[in-house]
Amino acid sequence: MLEINDLHVSVDGREILKGLSLSIPAGEVHAIMGPNGSGKSTLSYVLSGREGYQITGGTVAFNGKDLLALQPEERAAAGVFLAFQYPVEIPGVPNATFLRTAVNAVRRSRGEKDLDAIQFMRAVKDKSKKLGITDEMMKRAVNVGFSGGEKKRNEILQMAMLEPSFAILDETDSGLDIDALRVVADGVNALRDPGRSMLVITHYQRLLEYIVPDKIHVLAHGLIRRSGGPELAHELEKTGYAEFDAGKAA
Amino acid sequence: MTTDVAHQPGWLTALRAAGQARFGETGLPTQRQEVWKYTGLNKLKALAFEPSDVVTGSAPKVEPLVADAKHRLAFVNGRFDAGQSRIGALPANTILASLADILSAHPKLLEGRLGISAAIDRRPMAALNTAWIEDGLVLVVPRGAALDGTIEVVFVSDGDAPVSHPRLLVALGDMAEAVLVERHLGGTGGGFTNQVAEVALGNGASFRHYVMHSEPEASTALETVTVTVGRDATYRSFALTAGGGLVRREVDVALRQPGGTAQVDGAYLVDGDRHADTTIVIDHQAGHCASRQTQKGVVDDHGRAVYQGKILVRPQAQKTDGYQLSQTLLLSPKAEADVKPELEIHADDVKCSHGATVGRLDADALFFLRARGIPEAEARALLIQGFIGGALDEIDRPEVREAFGAAASTWLSGRSSGHSESRS
Repeated sequence: MLEINDLHVSVDGREILKGLSLSIPAGEVHAIMGPNGSGKSTLSYVLSGREGYQITGGTVAFNGKDLLALQPEERAAAGVFLAFQYPVEIPGVPNATFLRTAVNAVRRSRGEKDLDAIQFMRAVKDKSKKLGITDEMMKRAVNVGFSGGEKKRNEILQMAMLEPSFAILDETDSGLDIDALRVVADGVNALRDPGRSMLVITHYQRLLEYIVPDKIHVLAHGLIRRSGGPELAHELEKTGYAEFDAGKAA
Repeated sequence: MTTDVAHQPGWLTALRAAGQARFGETGLPTQRQEVWKYTGLNKLKALAFEPSDVVTGSAPKVEPLVADAKHRLAFVNGRFDAGQSRIGALPANTILASLADILSAHPKLLEGRLGISAAIDRRPMAALNTAWIEDGLVLVVPRGAALDGTIEVVFVSDGDAPVSHPRLLVALGDMAEAVLVERHLGGTGGGFTNQVAEVALGNGASFRHYVMHSEPEASTALETVTVTVGRDATYRSFALTAGGGLVRREVDVALRQPGGTAQVDGAYLVDGDRHADTTIVIDHQAGHCASRQTQKGVVDDHGRAVYQGKILVRPQAQKTDGYQLSQTLLLSPKAEADVKPELEIHADDVKCSHGATVGRLDADALFFLRARGIPEAEARALLIQGFIGGALDEIDRPEVREAFGAAASTWLSGRSSGHSESRS
């Protein structure tokens, strides 16, 4: 589904990703772990199309299409979803208005009819209830005054409504206590599907106890240094990332 | 329709003469004056300023804005249009009428009220208005009376570039209440309106004052609003400027007695070559008063928005609580905002704060929306709407908030159907 080949990315002239390659088949959940500053967030932003990153080499194919040639909204329409590490607050725009606008934009790009307000509320009801998102939170401005956990649950609600085929979860565990983490992980696991791939980016092994990946990759200094099964997380829990720091080019 | 000078009371003759004399001395304000620093009036220099007559029979029809308005008064070129006006039931001893009618039938009622707070010695445009006092709105509510429902006043212009000097006089007795919605629609022929509103609020009175400008770009509108607030009284206002080539609102509020509250909020949406100036002075003359100013602007194309907001705290005004916030969103490289928040504090036990930001659309928010599949143009519109919505939230009357929101949306969709998308 996603094929990253020899990807080089710079920010302000400094190379962050140095030839990263990664293949995620349909239906699989892959995790990327790594120390701070290893390029994890850069990868998530490059895949979702944020400005400010210079791609100096390599390719990213999404279902055979050149993902890097698409605008962010085109990537979303094609089925890419990024759950933000720091969800953005949008004063003055009610959460429900935002979500309905997003759902309808994606529906339109797929040649489907818009949902009206009533159809939308019906569609969102069960999903928001499972994530503990109240009607009051739907009326409030997007993420304004939300707690850390509420923001992350709101991200998962957007994912559930937009039904992407490829989701990137960028440090979705950061700032969550264990109860909030469980709710978020349950929400993510409910979306696991043979037709849907995920890339879970995290610094900590803890999240991977709740969202068990098919594969784990260690990203350090701009490259995948190691790949393995879920057991790799436990190993890293014991040894930390020191081994990969030592591997830093002298 | 010229004024019948022979029948006007002596005090009115004197008032007009004083206005004429004062304007004769000062002429139009210049940008050397601090309050006019960012707004030039060169394009008015050629005008004679004499009020225009109404072109008979062609008065534009005006649709109501606020659905439940109990009272509607329409003015064409500054003159009362009885045919389009309807005044509902009023509490005893309340006056809601055209100024021309009151001046001809009961001029004594206005003696000592008209021309008091406007202070023409300091305000050339108020002097000019005073020279031509003729018609406008009179609202006098006696002690303890609350006017039922909203008063909607509409100003339209008719014919080619008419000139008018409407005068509004609002006097609320102690504990009296009223809600006024003022709409300036202008007309296709443009024109120049120089309005003065004098508002006097008695102790415990409450006045809500909503103003909307949606004239065509050919129009120029200058407003001078002077408000005096009594003990524990409240002046609460919101102005939406969504039209007019040049709109300048100067609002001076004097908090004269302890416990008074002034809230002067607004939003200005400026595109094309338009210019919108909001200049506010809140004068805290007594202790324990609160003032709030929340002003938000959206500027596109070659538009220019000016906000000058001053909180003046006099030495005796201890325990003052003053606040002002100005936020301006610039949507194009040629858009301009001149923002001057100012605190002048002469008392030592006060709480005053201010903040001002001028910026562009938040890139993070824009990316977030696009990453959720919302196309860029739609994402921009949503962010702008959210920004304006944040300003309109200050309107605490739902029917007014809704009507003003609709006007803002009209502006936004008119704007976004044009040039703005292609620029990014």
